[in-house]
Amino acid sequence: MSALAGQVRMANLAYLIPLFPLIGFLINGIFWKSMPKSLGGAIGTVAILASFIVSLGIFFEVKSAAFHGPVVVHLFDFIQSGTLRIPFAFQVDALSALFLLIITGVGTLIHVYSTSYMHHDEGMVRYFAYLNLFVFSMLLLVLGANYLIMFIGWEGVGLCSYLLIGFWFKNRDYTNAAKKAFIMNRIGDLGFLVGMMLVIFNYGTLTYQDFFGTLKAGVTPNLGSVNTWIALCFFIGATGKSAQIPLYTWLPDAMAGPTPVSALIHAATMVTAGIYMIARSGALYSLTPGVLNVVAIIGLFTALFAATIAIRQYDIKKVLAYSTVSQLGFMFLALGVGAYTTAVFHVMTHAFFKALLFLGSGSVIHAMGGEQDIRKMGGLGKHMRTTQATFLIGCLAISGVPGLSGFFSKDEILANAFGYSPVLWVFGVLAAMMTAFYMFRLYFLTFSGSFRGTEEQHHHLHESPAAMTIPLIVLAIASVVGGYVGLPPVMSHHNTFASYLSPVVSNFGLHHLSHTTEWALMGVSVIVSVVMIGVAYSVTKTPNFAESTGLAKLLENKWYVDEIYDAIIVRPLAGLSTLLDKYAERDGIDGLVNGVGKTVRWGSERLRLLQSGQVGFYIFTMVMGIIVLFMISFFGVK
Amino acid sequence: MVLLFLILVPLLSGILSFAIKGNGAKTLGVVSSMITLLLSAWVSGTNFKESVSWQHDWIPMLGTQLSLLGDGLSSMLCLLTGIVTMVVMLVNLNKDVEKPGSFVGFLLLSQAGLMGVFLALDALLFYVFWELALIPVYFLCSQWGGEKRIAVTFKFFVYTFLGSLMLLAALIYLSLQSPGMSSYSWNDIVRAGSSLPASTQQWLFWLVFIAFAIKMPIFPFHTWQPDAYEQSPTPVTIMLSALMVKMGLFAVMRWLLPVLPQGVVYWGTTVKMLSVIGIVYASVLAMAQTDIKRLVAYSSIAHMGLMSAVMFNYSVVGMHGVIVQMFNHGINITGMWLIVSMIEDRWGTRDMNKLGGMAITAPRMAIALVIIAFANIALPLTSGFVGEFMLFNGLFYGDGSAAQVGTMVVAGLGVILGAVYTLNMVQRVAFGNAVEMTSDSRDLSANEYAGIAIIISIILYLGVYPKPLLDLTASMIAQ
Repeated sequence: MSALAGQVRMANLAYLIPLFPLIGFLINGIFWKSMPKSLGGAIGTVAILASFIVSLGIFFEVKSAAFHGPVVVHLFDFIQSGTLRIPFAFQVDALSALFLLIITGVGTLIHVYSTSYMHHDEGMVRYFAYLNLFVFSMLLLVLGANYLIMFIGWEGVGLCSYLLIGFWFKNRDYTNAAKKAFIMNRIGDLGFLVGMMLVIFNYGTLTYQDFFGTLKAGVTPNLGSVNTWIALCFFIGATGKSAQIPLYTWLPDAMAGPTPVSALIHAATMVTAGIYMIARSGALYSLTPGVLNVVAIIGLFTALFAATIAIRQYDIKKVLAYSTVSQLGFMFLALGVGAYTTAVFHVMTHAFFKALLFLGSGSVIHAMGGEQDIRKMGGLGKHMRTTQATFLIGCLAISGVPGLSGFFSKDEILANAFGYSPVLWVFGVLAAMMTAFYMFRLYFLTFSGSFRGTEEQHHHLHESPAAMTIPLIVLAIASVVGGYVGLPPVMSHHNTFASYLSPVVSNFGLHHLSHTTEWALMGVSVIVSVVMIGVAYSVTKTPNFAESTGLAKLLENKWYVDEIYDAIIVRPLAGLSTLLDKYAERDGIDGLVNGVGKTVRWGSERLRLLQSGQVGFYIFTMVMGIIVLFMISFFGVK
Repeated sequence: MVLLFLILVPLLSGILSFAIKGNGAKTLGVVSSMITLLLSAWVSGTNFKESVSWQHDWIPMLGTQLSLLGDGLSSMLCLLTGIVTMVVMLVNLNKDVEKPGSFVGFLLLSQAGLMGVFLALDALLFYVFWELALIPVYFLCSQWGGEKRIAVTFKFFVYTFLGSLMLLAALIYLSLQSPGMSSYSWNDIVRAGSSLPASTQQWLFWLVFIAFAIKMPIFPFHTWQPDAYEQSPTPVTIMLSALMVKMGLFAVMRWLLPVLPQGVVYWGTTVKMLSVIGIVYASVLAMAQTDIKRLVAYSSIAHMGLMSAVMFNYSVVGMHGVIVQMFNHGINITGMWLIVSMIEDRWGTRDMNKLGGMAITAPRMAIALVIIAFANIALPLTSGFVGEFMLFNGLFYGDGSAAQVGTMVVAGLGVILGAVYTLNMVQRVAFGNAVEMTSDSRDLSANEYAGIAIIISIILYLGVYPKPLLDLTASMIAQ
C-alpha cells in the first residue's frame, strides 16, 4: 500500500463519501424546525451528489491498471481491549467501489425525485435528514474494512429503515410495520453477531484481509465445522436484511413508507446488503459448500414463493415488494451456486430497474392522489406518457426480454444454476415465468384498458413534474444499457463486469456450458417470458376482480404466513409474558418475599416489639445490630 | 487527599442542606455536585497515568483504617456518580419537592456513601459506606415516594437488610482469618480469603454474594426492584438504578472475585445460569408491562443479567466490557428516567396505553426518547453497543462447547426481546395521535434540555469514540 501511496489519491479520500451525507443529516437534523423545505431538500441532494462525484473518481481509479489490491483507510482504533483490536477503517476495492457507485448514483436520483414527491409533506426536512442518515449508514456498510464496521452500517440502515417506514407516525399500522421490520432484522442481526464472535474467537480478528488471508492460506484445516457455523450465522443475518425465507415478511409491510424510500432502501440498496455480505465473504463460503447449498435452496425457494404471492396482489407497491423478495432470491441462488460476480451483477441491474419501477409507481400514486389499488387504475398511459414508457422498460428488463439489462444478469444466473444442477434451473425458469406474468399483469392493469377509478381521480390524472420524470428517464436508460458490461460467453469472450470484480470476488466451482446448451437455455427462458407477457395481456384484457377462491385466495392472503407467525410466535410469547408476570413474578417470587416479610412482622407483633412495619425502627435495629457485631468482633480479637 | 474530598464534599454539603429552609438547598445541590464532578473528573484524568490512594488511621483497635484507592475502575465509577448526581440535581431545579432541604440532603448523603463504597480499600470502611449509601434511600422512598411507598420500602428494606447482615458477618469472619486476626485491609482480606480451604470458600461465597446479588439484582433476588423504582421519586430511582446497582457489580469485582476465588469457581456456573435465565425472564416480563417505569426496571434487570453472566465467565475482553458497560448503562438509564419523569410531569400518567403523539406535542423530547431508547438496545454508534459487543465476546469465551454457545444464544435472545419491548414503548409514547398534556409545561425546559443534552452527548461521543473509556479502565484487566 505504501508503494501505491503516490498513485492512489482518490481512494484515500474514501472517508469523504460517508462524510457528506453525515453532514447533510446533521444540518437537516439539527435545524429541522427552522429549515425551509426546498433548502432542506437541496442540502440533502447535494450531499449525496458530492458523494457520488467522489465515488466516481474512486471507481475509475480502482478500475485503472495502476490500482493494485485494496486500499485501507484507517481512521482510528474503535475497540481495543486485551488482544482484541478492531479499527474504524475503510477498505476501497473493486467490490466496495461498485457498491459506492450504485448507492450514491441511484441515491442521488432518488433524492432529486424526492424533492418533488415529498414537497407537500410538512415533514420534508426530517425526511431528508433520515434519508441522508440512511445513505451514510449504507456507505459505512459497504466501505468497512472489517465486519464490525459492516455491522455498524448494517444496524444503522435498519434504524433508518425503521424511521422511514414509520415516517407518517400518526398511523398505527405504519408504525407497526416499522417495528416489525426492525425486530425481524434484529433476529437476523443476532446471527450476524454470533458469527462475528465465532470469527473473533477462532481467528482473533474481524478484519477482512486478515481473516480471508488466513482462510486462503489454508493453514486451519481443523476449523472446518467452525467455518460452517460462521457461514451459517452470517447467512441468517443476510436472510433478515435481504428478506429471505423465513424472515421476509417485514419487506412487504415496509411499503408503508414513502415510495422513494421503498425505491432506495427496500429495492435498490439496503436489501442487497445480504448479497454484499456473502459476496464479500466469498473466501469463507467457498470453503463451506454445504452452506452454499442452503443458500441456493433458500434463495430459489424464496424466489418461487414470493413470485406466487405477487401474482395475486392488487396493491401496486405490494406487487413490487414481493417482486423484490423474489429477485433477491435469484441473487441468493446465484451466490449459492458459487456465481458471486453474477449475484453482484444482478444487484446492479436490479437496482436500476427496480428503483425505476418503484419511482414509476410513485409517479402513478402521485397522479392518483394516493391511491395504490390497481383495480381502480387502468388506462393511465394516455395521461402520463413518460411514466408509462419508462415503467414499460422496467417491466421488460425485469422480465428478461433480450437486449435489456435484466436479461443478461438473469440469464447468467440461470445458466450457472443449470451448470450446478438442471433441477435448480427448472425452478428458476418457473420463477422467471411468473415474474414476466405478474409484472405485465401489473403493467396492463395500470396503464392500458380504461380507467376504473372515480371521476375525481380521473380528472386529476397528470404527468409528474420534471424532477420526478428525469430520474425515471435516467434509470430507464441504465436499465437498458446496464447489462452490456456483463455479456454472456456466447456473445463475447470478455465479461467486463466479472473481470473488474475478479481481484476481490472469485467465483467458486462454476461449470462451463457448451455454447449450444447456453443458446438453448437462453432460448427457452426468452420464449417462456414472452409467452407469459402474452398471457398477462389476455388475462387483463377483461379484468375480473371477483372474490377469489381456492389457491387464488391462498395467494391473495400471502399463504397466511403472517397469520401463522402470529399464531405460533407472537401470541404465545405475549401469553407467556402475561402468565409469567402474574404467576411467577407476583404470586411466586414476590409472594414468597412478602411472605417472609409478613412472617417477620407477625413474629414481631407477637413479641410486642413494634406495632407495624415502621422503617425507622428497622433502621434502628439494624444500626444496633451493627454495633453488636462490632462488639463481638472487637472482643473476639482479645 | 482528593479522594477524601470526593466523600467529604457531598457529606458535608448534605448535612448543611438539612439546615437550609426553602429552595436554596436545590442550588446547593447543584453547586456541591458540580464540585464533586470536577474532583472526580480530575481523579479520572490522573488515572490514565497512575492510581491515586490515600490512607489514615481510623479505629486501630478494630484493625480498620481509612484507606482509599482510586484506580481505573473506582475513579470511573466516581466519575459516573459525579455526572449522574449533577444531572439529577440540575433537572431537579424546577421541580416542586416538599422539604427540599432534607430531600437534597439525603441525596447528597447517599452520594457520599456511593463514593465511599467505590473508593474504600478497607472492608469495614466499605461496609459503613455501603450502609451510608442505602439508609438515605429508605427515607427518600418512604417520605417522598408514591402511594404504596411504605409497603415497598418495607420490602426493599427486608431484602437489603438480610443481605447486609450476611455481608457483615462474612467480612468479620474473614478479618478473623487475617494475620493478627484483626485486619480489614483489602490486601489482608484477599490473602485471608483466598487461602481458606475450598469448602469454606464455598459457603462463604453465598454469605458475601447475596448482598451483592440483591443490589444488582440477579434473578431471583430482584423483585424489590421494579416496585422500588416505581414508587421512588425519580431522582431516587436514578440513584438506585444508575449507581447503586453498580455497587453490586463493583463489589463482586473488588470484594468477591479476588477474595474467594475457589468459591467463585465452584458457584460460577450457577450464577451464570441464574443470570442468563434472568435476562430472558426479565425481558419477557418487560413485554407485559404497561407502566413505563416498570418496563425500564425490567429492562435494566435484563442488562444486569448479561453483565453478571459475563463477570462470572472470566475473560479479559468480557471483564473490560462489564466495566465499560457499568458506565454506559448508568448514563443511559439516567436519560431514560429523566424522560419518564418528564412524561409523568406533563401527562400525569406512566401508563403507555394512555399516552401517544409525543412527536407532535413535544418533538424535542420525542427525539431524545428515540435516541435514548435506541441506546438502550445498544444500537451501534451509541455507547451501549461497544459494551454489549465486548460483553458478548466475553460470554463467548470458553471451551466452545454446545453448552457454551447455547448460553450465548439464549443470552442473545435479550437483544431481540429488548427491541420488542423498547420499540413498543416508543411507538405507544412517541407516535400515534397526540394525547393532550395535563400540565402547562410544554417541551423541554432549559434545565431539562441541559440535562438531556449532557446525557445524549456522552451516549453519542462514547458510541463513536469509546477509546477514552476503554483506556481509563484498561489497567483493570490485568488484575
